[in-house]
Amino acid sequence: MDSTPRDRRRFLKKGAALAGLALGTASSASGQTPDSHAPEADGHSKDPKELAKELIAYGERSRFVTSVRVPVAERMSPDMFGLTFHVLTPLQDSVGIITPSSLFYVATHRGSFVPEINPSEHRFMIHGMVDRPLVFTMDELKRLPSVSRIHFIECLGNRAQARHKTVQDTHGLTSCAEWTGVPLSLLLKEAGVQNGASWIVAEGAEEVKGSSSIPLAKAMDDCLVCYGQNGEALRPQQGFPLRLMVPGFEGIYQIKYLRRIKVVDRYYMTYDDYGHINPDPKVAALTHQIGPKSVITFPSGGHQMSGPGFYEISGLAWSGAGAIRKVEITTDGGRSWHDAELRSPSYRMAHTRFGFAWKWDGKECVVMSRCTDELGTVQPTRAEAAKYWNKPLEGFRVPGADNTVQPWKVASDGKVSNGLT
Amino acid sequence: MGSRKFLLAVMILGLCQIGSAQSPTFGVGRTPTADEVRDWDISISPDGKELPPGRGSAKEGAQLYVQKGCAGCHGRTGSGAQAPTLIKSDGTTKSSMPCLAPCVNDNNVMALHSPFATVIWDYINRGMPLGKEGTLKPDEVYALTAFLLFKNGVIQESDVMDLQSLPKVVMPNRQGSALPAQEWKHGTSRLPKYP
Repeated sequence: MDSTPRDRRRFLKKGAALAGLALGTASSASGQTPDSHAPEADGHSKDPKELAKELIAYGERSRFVTSVRVPVAERMSPDMFGLTFHVLTPLQDSVGIITPSSLFYVATHRGSFVPEINPSEHRFMIHGMVDRPLVFTMDELKRLPSVSRIHFIECLGNRAQARHKTVQDTHGLTSCAEWTGVPLSLLLKEAGVQNGASWIVAEGAEEVKGSSSIPLAKAMDDCLVCYGQNGEALRPQQGFPLRLMVPGFEGIYQIKYLRRIKVVDRYYMTYDDYGHINPDPKVAALTHQIGPKSVITFPSGGHQMSGPGFYEISGLAWSGAGAIRKVEITTDGGRSWHDAELRSPSYRMAHTRFGFAWKWDGKECVVMSRCTDELGTVQPTRAEAAKYWNKPLEGFRVPGADNTVQPWKVASDGKVSNGLT
Repeated sequence: MGSRKFLLAVMILGLCQIGSAQSPTFGVGRTPTADEVRDWDISISPDGKELPPGRGSAKEGAQLYVQKGCAGCHGRTGSGAQAPTLIKSDGTTKSSMPCLAPCVNDNNVMALHSPFATVIWDYINRGMPLGKEGTLKPDEVYALTAFLLFKNGVIQESDVMDLQSLPKVVMPNRQGSALPAQEWKHGTSRLPKYP
């Protein structure tokens, strides 16, 4: 059903006869259309001026690569107020561990416009319980020692449901990038945090001034005040010119358009905190740090296997607690689990790519992955999570961030679909 | 003897480092003026300590609700329109529009769901009205907050909201929020023994 670059490469190798057959049936949920004509190998059919621009100024991807983000089905974007809500990254087409900045998932507070901020006018203030309140220009921040780290971000709304078709639908609210900026601990030390401080309140400069409370211990540990993403300036949709990176915490803490950090002595329940309040401390704990989570991106919902034989099962694993140590795969619905190989570096709080050599026998089966992080915490199945909460599995909604195992069903005709019921 | 001297040197060095950590290392950035901090600081603690002077009543809020365009998106009755429900309805008004996600209905109307009345004040002050955020004056925010609290049966119509009275409002969902039992620590799982 779905036609991915992976499938396309495979069928191109098989030659024109097969390709013709595939073209007849290929369609796509992610907006991909089959190539209607062969690529111009000599490039002569393009305007020479356009070609020069392509080679000189800012490179674009091939027009044959058409993987795109889509808004979540739960709310259209833009909505009737012109606001953009949550937009999903096309994980089914992903390779490696870095999400291209143009495909990075987008989530906004109540629905937002992307503000246009002139970086020369942007200011960042640290104040509250500090000895020396400070205001920085972007140029001043860039004079300070910076670090680059690879981290994922995941939205609490990344919750697979039975009606979802593709891995973009089920898991598309997570992405991973290289972030460059100044350690927040350096800035807080420069300001001099006072005794008795225990939280920070971070705030953006966009129209709603989105704001979250973050424990001071986390702020002093590994948070970054970022101006760079994947080797260039942050994208406006990701908070240009400045965003807070709170590694491993859910997306809402990664304040975009960062303009202010106030050091305080209590939890503030500010704009973004309010939407996530829960009377149960256990659920509250599951809405801060993201648990170990993984998903198979190939084969996944919408993919079409071209027949029995060898396939590399590929996917991503991540944890808010640190690095991924192990990923296991089952191809028999959970009866037996086998170690997958880690196919990328395993950075702390980062997507890690895994692979598993698989010979599909052409029979209907269910494939799943589960991961273990550096603390030894194992990603639970929905049944295990339901048992913990003492709830029946039927209709069970995982409290807090849902990090449960995702099943994909491979039918005997090679069609892959969501295995959640 | 030698090792003791070394130990002393290490201790002095250690003291120096503690000392230097308390003064700026880089000297980059400038000190904001008190006015700048006041202008920028729109955070409101649940105890209301940053609330500005001002006052407002439900009656004033009812007029502002229409004048400022709130009714345009949230509906004249505060429910059944495109934007989230603000006033608990009798359950008979149904919106013709799909409820926006996150869907706000009678069960989680902010003036009932929020554990602190200050959160409503903060939300209106920073986030409303759509397209004109940050333009409401403190008196207007107090009045609109009073209007929503009154219409949802939390306060009396005659109650005036100001920096003293607003934090004292006892919200029906006062016990509705918890923090994780354990404070966050590097290298710990989010919830011990969670599978």
